[in-house]
Amino acid sequence: MAKSHKPIVWGPFAAGGTFAAFFNPVLILVTGILVPLGLLSGDVLSYTRAHEFAGGWIGKLILFAFVALPAWHAAHRLRITVHDFGVRADILVAVLVYASAALATVVAIVSLLAI
Amino acid sequence: MSTKRTITFEVMRYRPESDAEPSYQTYSVPCEQEWVVLDALLYIKDNLDTTLSFRWSCHMAVCGSCGMIVNGEPMLSCKAFLRDYPDVIRVEPLTNFPIERDLVIVMDDFITKLASIKPYIIPKEERKVEQGEYLQTPVQLKKFKQYTLCINCLLCYAACPQYGLVPEFVGPAALALAHRYNLDSRDNGRSQRQEIAASHDGVWECSFVGACSEVCPKHVDPAGAIQQTKIASTMDYFLGFLQGGS
Repeated sequence: MAKSHKPIVWGPFAAGGTFAAFFNPVLILVTGILVPLGLLSGDVLSYTRAHEFAGGWIGKLILFAFVALPAWHAAHRLRITVHDFGVRADILVAVLVYASAALATVVAIVSLLAI
Repeated sequence: MSTKRTITFEVMRYRPESDAEPSYQTYSVPCEQEWVVLDALLYIKDNLDTTLSFRWSCHMAVCGSCGMIVNGEPMLSCKAFLRDYPDVIRVEPLTNFPIERDLVIVMDDFITKLASIKPYIIPKEERKVEQGEYLQTPVQLKKFKQYTLCINCLLCYAACPQYGLVPEFVGPAALALAHRYNLDSRDNGRSQRQEIAASHDGVWECSFVGACSEVCPKHVDPAGAIQQTKIASTMDYFLGFLQGGS
């Protein structure tokens, strides 16, 4: 039986899921709770600081991971969910969700490189 | 002191020589408190209707023969205690399989798939009897022991929506057993099993609903085994490019 090429989309899906599970709560804690409640100074998210963060290679890499990896996770999960809901147009759904994830990836790369 | 409780059983019947399609037959059974669904079926067989067909053997959740759908859920009928059920209990053959007769399903598809993943040790080195046994440490045993507990009862196939949709899917128990032998320190057959497990009809057809692990009476966790196989197969896939293979 032929080896499946599914790992091409499942790899980023699994990586995205793992990444999101570990790091998105931190993102929510900082941007959604600590700063709005004033427990962390608003300066943390100031434009200058964020711009500076995105200016360095490590910052770019971290931001890229935050955008691109969960996008692939969401895409694959959405494909499976749509399938579980009984929609049987898998190829069309796959093209749509993965194209969206690919677009998010490209936009993230282009935007980050422009900073 | 009588502790009997009368329970109505709605049992799915299908006699291929006379029935165009399955139908339900109702039996009223005086049940003992400690009975399981299988006991009630045996009472029906012995006292009410000798024509009722169902598989069973050990009556202790070891043989895996008596899997049925009890009130909508895949269960071993020997493990389905009547005290956990209302006064009307519906008993049907396992879903996702053709019915051979009454509660007996045709399991040929599973047997073919089970054989295809080579569920036996393919040794690293052939040894002669005089060389003695293959040694294994408790740590090495622990890695796969959970997956050896499968009794091939097929509850996981009945619970799996994906197997219902895509009959080609190799399915939970067979993939979990492939994983079991792959993890065995005495085994060297993983690449042969991957031909099936890493194919489209193998682990990649699984959408990780997880129902297989929920219904498994032996806590094998086939869904977990499949996820681990997906991770290992993904590593293989990308490492294959690095090594110049396909």
